[in-house]
Amino acid sequence: MPDFEPRIVAFVCNWCTYAGADLTGTSRIKYAHNVRMIRLPCTGRIDFMLLLQAFGQGADGIIVSGCHPGDCHYTSGNFHARRRWMLFRRLLDFMGVDLRRVTFAWVSAAEGAKWAEIVNTAAADLRKLGPYDDFPKRFVEKVGLFTVHREGEAPAEPNVAARTQSAEVA
Amino acid sequence: MPRIGVFICHCGENIAGTVDCAAVTQAAAQIPGVVHSVDYKYMCSDPGQNQIKEAIKEKRLTGVVVAACSPRMHEPTFRRACAEAGLNPFLCEMANLREHCSWVHEKNGHTTSKAIDLVRILVEKVKRNRPLFPINVPVTKTALVIGGGIAGIQAALDIANAGQKVVLVEREPSIGGHMAQLSETFPTLDCSQCILTPRMVEVAQHPNITLHTYAELERLDGFIGNFRAVIRKKARCIDEKTCTGCGACIQKCALKKIPSEFNAGLGLRTAIYVPFPQAVPNKPVIDRDHCTFFQTGRCKLCERACPTKAIRFDQQDEFIEINVGAVVAATGYEVKGTDFFPEYGYGEQKDIITGLQFERLASASGPTQGVIKRPSDGKVPDTIVFVACAGSRDPAKGIAYCSKICCMYTAKHAMLYKHKVHAGKAYVFYMDIRAGGKMYEEFVRRAIEEDEVHYVRGRVSRIYPRDGQLVVKGVDTLLNSRPVEIEADMVVLATAMVAQPDAESLAQKMKVSYDQYHFLAEAHPKLRPVEMNTAGIFVAGACQAPKDIPETVAQASAAAAKVLGLFSRDELSREPVVAVVNRCAPPEFSTCVGCFLCESACAYQAIEHEDIKTRDGKLIKTVARVNQGVCQGCGTCVALCRSKSIDLQGFSNEQIFAELVAL
Amino acid sequence: MKIGFFPGCSLEGSSREYNESLHAIAPLLGVELTEVPDWNCCGASAAHSLNHKLALALPARSLALAEKSGLDELLVPCSACYSRLAITRHELLENDALRSEITKIIELPFTGRTKVLSVLDVFGRCASNGLKDKVRTPFGQKVACYYGCYLTRPEKITTCARPEDPREMDDIVKVVGAEPINWAFKVECCGAGFSVSRLDTVAELSGRIVHDAAARGAQAIVVACPMCHTNLDLRRDSIERTRQQKYALPVLYISQVIGLALGLGERQLGLHRHHVPVRLGSVAPANSVAPANSRCPTPVAADVPAALGSAGASPSPGGSPAQEKEA
Repeated sequence: MPDFEPRIVAFVCNWCTYAGADLTGTSRIKYAHNVRMIRLPCTGRIDFMLLLQAFGQGADGIIVSGCHPGDCHYTSGNFHARRRWMLFRRLLDFMGVDLRRVTFAWVSAAEGAKWAEIVNTAAADLRKLGPYDDFPKRFVEKVGLFTVHREGEAPAEPNVAARTQSAEVA
Repeated sequence: MPRIGVFICHCGENIAGTVDCAAVTQAAAQIPGVVHSVDYKYMCSDPGQNQIKEAIKEKRLTGVVVAACSPRMHEPTFRRACAEAGLNPFLCEMANLREHCSWVHEKNGHTTSKAIDLVRILVEKVKRNRPLFPINVPVTKTALVIGGGIAGIQAALDIANAGQKVVLVEREPSIGGHMAQLSETFPTLDCSQCILTPRMVEVAQHPNITLHTYAELERLDGFIGNFRAVIRKKARCIDEKTCTGCGACIQKCALKKIPSEFNAGLGLRTAIYVPFPQAVPNKPVIDRDHCTFFQTGRCKLCERACPTKAIRFDQQDEFIEINVGAVVAATGYEVKGTDFFPEYGYGEQKDIITGLQFERLASASGPTQGVIKRPSDGKVPDTIVFVACAGSRDPAKGIAYCSKICCMYTAKHAMLYKHKVHAGKAYVFYMDIRAGGKMYEEFVRRAIEEDEVHYVRGRVSRIYPRDGQLVVKGVDTLLNSRPVEIEADMVVLATAMVAQPDAESLAQKMKVSYDQYHFLAEAHPKLRPVEMNTAGIFVAGACQAPKDIPETVAQASAAAAKVLGLFSRDELSREPVVAVVNRCAPPEFSTCVGCFLCESACAYQAIEHEDIKTRDGKLIKTVARVNQGVCQGCGTCVALCRSKSIDLQGFSNEQIFAELVAL
Repeated sequence: MKIGFFPGCSLEGSSREYNESLHAIAPLLGVELTEVPDWNCCGASAAHSLNHKLALALPARSLALAEKSGLDELLVPCSACYSRLAITRHELLENDALRSEITKIIELPFTGRTKVLSVLDVFGRCASNGLKDKVRTPFGQKVACYYGCYLTRPEKITTCARPEDPREMDDIVKVVGAEPINWAFKVECCGAGFSVSRLDTVAELSGRIVHDAAARGAQAIVVACPMCHTNLDLRRDSIERTRQQKYALPVLYISQVIGLALGLGERQLGLHRHHVPVRLGSVAPANSVAPANSRCPTPVAADVPAALGSAGASPSPGGSPAQEKEA
């Protein structure tokens, strides 16, 4: 699939990775255009239901990135994220979600070049993997895990889906 | 129906060079809810900002998206512009077209379509933004300083001299801390008490300082600006108002052989005692664990000796409640005892002492009046071996860190010994010499070169007694790594500096974090070195990590400056990006089920318990409530909430899901 | 008390008297020793410095065999063997991957159910459980308890409370009437395996140990390790040559000390196999004159406390000590 351009959603914390990506910009380091960043205060804020929602909306890959362990602006938010991710990825694996499509990385505010490298690597890998049509088919159409929203529609409350996730994680 | 305005910035050629701004403007206009979409060369310029202000008024905008540079750069600028036009600043968001798009991609259709995506994401978010208002918290302008060592003294004086009230709490009978025990101080060799005692007196006499000695923090509740502390004033068994400090009671006390804490166990004291002659306050206390009256019910010699009738055997611990706005923790450190070292005889050899004990031997006010005599038989030692890094930098002993002060004080000890015993031999076993500090390296060189202290680079594997001497077995790793044996009269171990034994329980009382060694943990190791992660609590001195006097004083003054900054206003104003727990109509009141997972996730102790009661006071349910004065807005609780009852203002679930849907 | 028994190579060779004395006292203490069938060399002290897996596989096999025989506890009298077996058990229990690898190598299952005990563990139990009542002739001598390197360390495996100044052996010999002295060389190295290749080093290291014990008035050294015994006893001539001084204090295994106190004969306990003669007929005061027929050609320091008994048989003047021991 030579023409395939993956859609990548990046969930990043405001203090390290968002700032690191700003540095990539000010350093004029070029990288793959495929990524769309969602800015959050902290990786600890990442409700992993957001990842599933992103896949449900047609993302082909996801990057989660925040401060290095010990550098969290909020002391320990990234540790919470890491701990929850360790559990959540096992659940995803069990569900049959393709874990090669999720990249978890620490990028500090000084690592502009690293951010470019992470995006490029993810984009190159996802080009090889192809579109992730499987996810919407399996989890949206068959299981009905989400309501997928088309442009212009008002998104429904994410509560039902989010509850399922939280219960599993806890 | 939302009315969103989108403002696309060219940033000169910075954005327009690779992104087709006109196309983005057109595409933005098509997004449902967008009623105004324009592009301009420099949005951040005055004319650019004016365009936004005018559009807000003319088009009655309910939200603004500025697609320009990073929000870390100009978000405050545009939010201020919105506020000036009467729009709540939190209804303005920025799409980062420059750092995250135009600067990092080539000029082509992909880049422009990414720019459109970024604008759409933010439009969807801003549609769901709510007006937010800064949070105001009142401030009680009194500081609580815990610990009356040099750190606490410095912090208290700095705050008090700036005109604010201070309550200083010290658990020993006198302030002064470890610094009062020291003989001379490196690298100048000036007498420790000479520079410290004037400060101690100043604390006692300062009109803005309330001093509680022989007292401890019992409880601390509340939050920044509004703490409530309970201080336990331990019973001194003395009426402090009546006592004149004449000392007649001390002379009469029959017990004279209690090891003196101030002299690190080398000297003796009575059961009713003042720790040292320059003590502040200079009023005695009765040590109930030793006092004959408290042990057997008979004696009262001191009571009969007291000319002012100030002895109160029936005195009880007193609890004082105070309201404070800030807390400075300055509780200091302890040193490991010689019994910590199996290879050095488990503390059974009297002539193996700690560095702190050597300070007392060398001190003119010490048990030997400054003559260096070994504890076992009072002999002036002909040879002393100093062992640096005793316990420190030794992961096998559980202390991986460097105690930082030992290199310097060991050089000082060896120097003091050589100054007092000219013919004596001083050996120092060391791993590395860490003398980073003003005039520090020169000081160590002086010990080696002028005072002829023998520095041996190597570790000591064993010390054992033989014929009234101590055989020190070690290795010299420099001269072909030969084993060395030195017969010494006395050995001084530079034992590791460790946290106070009750540091953990104090940290729990204050609800602040601590590291694996029980040192209190600062909020950020580089940028917030004197703040704790609980707002309004600051840290100074060696309770945070090993440090020497100059560093301690610097940190104490820094903590005082932070407290004064906090006290400079009557109310605190904070960004409203905080978590909130939802509330709804009865009978639910809130979807919160009271599991308090959020409480365990919060690094700031911002989660409170709120009881919801009926009008007649019957408990319906207990739910979480966020203390907005304390919450820092990380959102970790939001991700963890099982019932999705807690949400983060400015980054709500609704907003972020909308962003994803807009992709 | 039924306990498995792992003699190890030394107890079948150079330290037969340790084996003999253990078996002599065991029934009197109510201990039934069951030798592990088909046990093999523990690999000390060379294997662990050459090949980590070999060093684990050798003891693991013996442990697995002990397990197979249904033994819950295994007495390993030799300190070196004890150390190897205890360390192996600890490492295999800590590391699942390593355990499965080693069990493949030894082709036997290993669960770690057999606990490894030193003589101090076993005698310590006896000491607190009626040993005192069985004593017939209290061992009324001042002794230096010498633990050596392996009995107490590493403490996370041996769980010794005071690894650098242990008290366990002292407490046991106290029960049988001996008076343990406080001295500085309880856990110093004797030179161990260098006994063959670097006699000068052994003489120097062991010499310090013997000297300190003698200088502090000990009348005997008590050991629990064949290697320590060899270096302090069999190598006494080289020690005396190196230090230019003569030491008559004998070196006894703790099992021999207990045996004597229980009233067993010297021959039953293998005392005749020692190089330094053990004379316990009459307890001489400290600083007694050393026997005239010194094995050492060099002058004798007058202030050194010497033999336990002044009279008695002299050691054979000719022949190598090793031959004498074999006799």
